[in-house]
Formats: sequence, C-alpha cells, structure tokens
Amino acid sequence: MTAALSRLPGWVLRGLILGLLAFAIFGPLVNLGLWAVTEKWYFPAKLPMQYGFAFWERVFSPRGGAMQSLANSLLIAASTVALSLALSIPAGYALARLRLPMRTAIMLLFLLPQAFPNLPVYMNIAAIFYRLELNGTILGVVLVHTVHGLVLSVWIAAAAFAAVDRSLEEAARNIGAGPLRTFATVTLPLAAPGLMASAIFVFLESLDEFTGTYFVGVPDVTTLPLLMFNASMGGNYQVAAITALILLVPSIGFMLFVERFLKAEVLSKMGS
Amino acid sequence: MSSPTEATAGTAEASASAVRVFAATAWREHGLAALLLAPALLCVLLFFVYPLGHAVVGAFAIPAAGDAPPGWGLGHFARAFDLYGTDIVFTGVLVSSSVLLTGVLAVVIAGYLTLGETPWAVATLRWLYRWPLFIPFIVAAQMMRSFLAKNGLMNNTLVGLGVLEPIQTIGFLDWRGVVATFVWKQLPFVTLLVAGAMAALDRSTVEAARNLGAGRLRILLEIVLPQVKRTLAVALVLSFVTMMSVLSVPVMINAGSPTLITVDMAYRINAHGDYGVANALGIISYLMTGLVAWIYLKHGIRQHGGDPR
Repeated sequence: MTAALSRLPGWVLRGLILGLLAFAIFGPLVNLGLWAVTEKWYFPAKLPMQYGFAFWERVFSPRGGAMQSLANSLLIAASTVALSLALSIPAGYALARLRLPMRTAIMLLFLLPQAFPNLPVYMNIAAIFYRLELNGTILGVVLVHTVHGLVLSVWIAAAAFAAVDRSLEEAARNIGAGPLRTFATVTLPLAAPGLMASAIFVFLESLDEFTGTYFVGVPDVTTLPLLMFNASMGGNYQVAAITALILLVPSIGFMLFVERFLKAEVLSKMGS
Repeated sequence: MSSPTEATAGTAEASASAVRVFAATAWREHGLAALLLAPALLCVLLFFVYPLGHAVVGAFAIPAAGDAPPGWGLGHFARAFDLYGTDIVFTGVLVSSSVLLTGVLAVVIAGYLTLGETPWAVATLRWLYRWPLFIPFIVAAQMMRSFLAKNGLMNNTLVGLGVLEPIQTIGFLDWRGVVATFVWKQLPFVTLLVAGAMAALDRSTVEAARNLGAGRLRILLEIVLPQVKRTLAVALVLSFVTMMSVLSVPVMINAGSPTLITVDMAYRINAHGDYGVANALGIISYLMTGLVAWIYLKHGIRQHGGDPR
C-alpha cells in the first residue's frame, strides 16, 4: 500500500513531463491543422469561430496557384532525384568498390555543400545563373537542389554498394557474366533498397527546399514552399496552413517509415 | 642446387611482374574511378565551389569608384559591421544559445531513452520526440507563427486551463520564437544521433557504475556523455550550420530589429543589389561557423581521445 503510494508521484511526474513535451511537439501541429479548416478566427476567440473548407476551394482553384506550384514542386523533385541518381550511382560505386587515392578527401568534398551556411552560395549562384539565363528556370532550381542533396545521395549510394556481398558478384563473374551485366543484374538490384532511401531523402529535401528556390527560382518558378511563404507573409494563414499541410504529408510519412527504407547495415557504413 | 641469389632473383622477377600487372590494373581502376566520379565532382565544383569563390572574391573586391581604380580591401566588411554590427552579435548569441539548448535537451532525452527504467515512459518518449524530424523549416516557422502568437493556441490553452489570465498573455514572435523554432526543429535530429551513439555503447561500464550505487544522472553525465561527446559535437556543429542557413524562420518569426544576418544578406541583395556587403556578411557567417566547428570538434575529439585529464 505505502509502496504503491510512494510510486505515485514518480508516475505522475513522468506523465506530466511527457504531457508537456507532447504539448510542445503537437501544439504547433494542431494549431496549423486548425488554421487549415478555419473560416473565421480572430481575437479573443480561443478556437476558430467558424469551420469550413472554403479556403481549400480557393487554394485549389486554377487562380489559387496551388496546383501549379504542386506541379512545379513535383517536377523539380522528380528531376532532382533523376539527376542525383545519375550522378551518385557511378560515384557511389567507385567510392565503394574501386581503389582510390584521396578517397576521404573526395568523400569530404561532397560534404562541402552542407558544411557551409548555404545562403551566401545561393546568392552567388543566383548572380551566376542570371548571366547564364538559368534564373527563373526549372533547370536552374534542379541544379541547386541536386548539389545540396549530393552528399546524402553519394554517401548513401556508397554505403549501399559497400553493403553488397562481393562473393555474389564474383559468383556471377565466374559463371561468365561481364562486368556490366554483373552490375546490372546483381549489384544494382541488391543495392536498390539503399538507393531507394537516398532517392526518397533527395525527393523530400527538394520538395521542402526554400532558400535556394527563393534566390534562383524567381520570378517564374513558384514551388509549394514559396507559395506558402508568400501566403504567410501576406497574412493569409488559411492558405499558408493548407499549403503547409500538403508539405507535411510526405515529411511525416517518411518519419514514420524511415527505418524500413534505411537498413541498419547500410546506416552503419554511412560516411565510411 | 640453385643458389639463394638465383632464387631471390626469380622471386624478385615474379614479384616485379606482379607489381606491373597490379600497377596496370590499378591504373585502369583509377581511370575508371575518375570517369565514374567526374560528373558528380564536376557538379560540386561548378555549382558549389565556384559560387563559393565568387562569394569570397565579391566580399573583398572593391569596384572602381570615381577616380579610384578597382582594387581589394576590407571596405565591405567595414560597412557590414557598421550597418549590421548588432545583428552579427545577435546572430552569434541567438544561434549559439539555440544550439546549446538543443544539446542539453537532446542529452536529457537520449539519456532517458538509454537509462530509463519505466518501459511505458521510454516507449512514449521514443515515439514522441521524432515528429518534427523531417518537417521543413518553413512549415515549422508557419506553425510557430500561429502557435506562439499572442492569440495563438499556446496562450489560448494556458488561459483555458486557468494558468494565465487573458490580460497576462504575451506573444513570443521575437528572438524567443526563433530559438523555440530552431530547437523544436533540430532537437529530434540531434537526439536521434546521440541516442544512437548511446545505444551502441558497451553497457558493462554503465552496469558496473549502477552496481556501485551511482545514480542515473551521475551515470549519464560521467560515464555515458563522455563516450558520446564526439557524436554530440558533430550533431551540434551540423545544427549550427543549418540554423545559420535558414532564411524563412527569422523572416517569418522575428520581423523586427535586431535580426539574423541571413535576413540582412537577402535584404542587401533584394533591395539594394549590394553584393559586396552581402558577401562580406556571408564570409562573416562562414567565420562564425568555422570558429564554432573548431571549438566543438576540438573539444569533442580531445575528450574522446581518452585524455587522462
């Protein structure tokens, strides 16, 4: 009896701390969700005064710009993934399988774009792209997103190839498969889950990227983050919240499933 | 009977040809590797290293003005300090405190995940802390913009619970909002790395300390933390770089002055086309990042290296 009582405060304390943490983590999310279904909400009402989906219609109407921004975002993210894979599969294979001088230096070179605050670089890319007439083009934005995500895609690809059992490749070579065929039918399929993880990372990074698009995409390329930013700065919280919710779906989905995509044996080889 | 010298010569010849074959394959392999790596490396050089050089040149190059020929100098830096000196200090203090707060909270959460003895609490915490992990900064900024406002859900909840009177509520959309958003967004990342490092530790030292009667806080601070210090340092340096890069959070949450130098850089360019001062601010942000990286990593590695002190 006394034992049960003396345990109670600890139990309550843990519950209280976890409750506070839950409030800090989910409070902002709930607030965003409320704004997305709000028609009217102003001081001093504690909760929205009128709920509805009127703003959803506005956002998704042709003039709302969301469909165009969503299409731009998806096109840019898909192209960024394609370009990243085209660059990182050969690079990752070379880093994982071939003897290389200065291997560490090369690995670190790919890390550079994430080791520096990237705003100064984006300003100057915008100035350079302006002269090359790449500003305000999808290609310009894709290039910026690709370079930023390259460390992830190259490192994950290298880890994924390193995790492939060499004896399987040797067995394929022994029964007469050429190097390219071995790569295409043995190495690549075995590394595919890791490459898939890197593709998802790159896709998400591109979908969520704001600063680079803000400098390089203007004035013609509007992505979802830019649309959200403009709506928020214009004081339209409903439109901002609805756009933000669209961006949240893949982010939270990935958070919940990340462990299925990224296996421990690949993770353990990251960056080595 | 062959003389030892003959045998040695034969071996030497064989090994020399082996070396030749090895060298030839090595060269072919190097060539292939260079070919496979070239596109990715070229991409980094063209779209990162070159603009980076552009930033450095732009920060020091003084354009021709009147009779004065173009040259090099610290003029842009002087102007940057003149115009944004307060913002530079503000950025350093605000980002450092966000990083430190993130570090402390991450160690507490990761420590509880590793040493906690209440299964349901550990499981709940493990499920809870990760949510913001992949949420984009710009979405986090929008959430906090509504949540932390004077009439936001946070104040409304506190008033609803009777903790605050409506008249006592204040908005947090200033430096506090920026710190809150940075910590909210970066905490799961740092915690994930630190908890991973803690989980990989050899449990025997922890068990030994526990058997000797050490409390959990003491085990965390004196046994677990020193062993994961390097991971923590790397995670915090990466967080520092990230916070120094984010434009949306200070623009959306901290509209007034002083503000972060990321906002000043964007302003110099968008409003004045002034690349000189913007690039000088950029170099200053690199120097700040470099300094922090040096301090953290030096500290982290020295501790990790088993220095007897």
